[in-house]
Amino acid sequence: MTPANWPCPLPTGGFVQEHALVADDQRPRRLLIVPALFDEGNKLRRLTVETMRRLDAAGVDCFLPDLPGCNESQQPLDRQTPTIWLGAMAAAARHFRATHAWGIRGGCLFTPPALPSWHYAPVKAASILRQMTRARILASREAGREENREDLAVAARGRGIELAGYPLGADFYREFEGLAPSAGAVAITQEQIGGGGLWLRAEPGEDRDQADALAGYLASGIGG
Amino acid sequence: MRDDTDLLLRRILTDVLGLKEGQADTFEADTGLFGHLPELDSMAVAGLLTEMEDRLDIVIDDDEIDGEMLETFGGLLTFAQAKRAGA
Repeated sequence: MTPANWPCPLPTGGFVQEHALVADDQRPRRLLIVPALFDEGNKLRRLTVETMRRLDAAGVDCFLPDLPGCNESQQPLDRQTPTIWLGAMAAAARHFRATHAWGIRGGCLFTPPALPSWHYAPVKAASILRQMTRARILASREAGREENREDLAVAARGRGIELAGYPLGADFYREFEGLAPSAGAVAITQEQIGGGGLWLRAEPGEDRDQADALAGYLASGIGG
Repeated sequence: MRDDTDLLLRRILTDVLGLKEGQADTFEADTGLFGHLPELDSMAVAGLLTEMEDRLDIVIDDDEIDGEMLETFGGLLTFAQAKRAGA
């Protein structure tokens, strides 16, 4: 697998080069992977890459682009919106000539609707925000500051908010909080994969059996 | 005899802490959690509580969360059992 760049459209016009990890052998089966978001992205990164290795070995080209503002991206996270992220993933799909898409957790919210897709343990945006807000309330309480969910949500919609170390703009928050994964994708549940979801882990982990199961499921779904 | 909540809570902790199968069976009421396990930071605790809500079918208000309930396995279990009984 190699690092690659792809042209990501900017909301102000023009393009900026964003990073992707790819396994590209110019094969006909080409899978765009939309990574999990925020802290879950860190916890699932290794599982994602290990699954890519297995898909590569099974004859599937894989493309794991950064969402603008995340991972290696130089774009400011607090200027992103879900519309920008959807446009970015559609652009990455075109650039890499993806034939299928795989969303992971919150990444399921951003799989290009035109591609046949799989959603691994899909989650609503509201659930992601609820957990990140809870983490902020707990951290603030430890620091001797009392905050409550309702006030934080009002503040977030008005001027943006930092949750669990991630600065989210007001536009992002307002658009994001109502998002749910589309029903058009094939869902892959954790029960199908076995073991506990690695996004639950307090520390990033890995699991060979889960990577095997995910790759097997996706490769057979994509077909020959 | 252990009830359903006890078993489910051990399973949730197994997933959150990445424990080996059976390891959570050794947890006693006074086994230390938050404040004793460095990996249980605020993000991990938020994840733990959210998972408890999903799997135990309860709703946890933010102002119900205090250090005492998170300090030991017994404290968390008592909280979860009371929540389920009241739900």
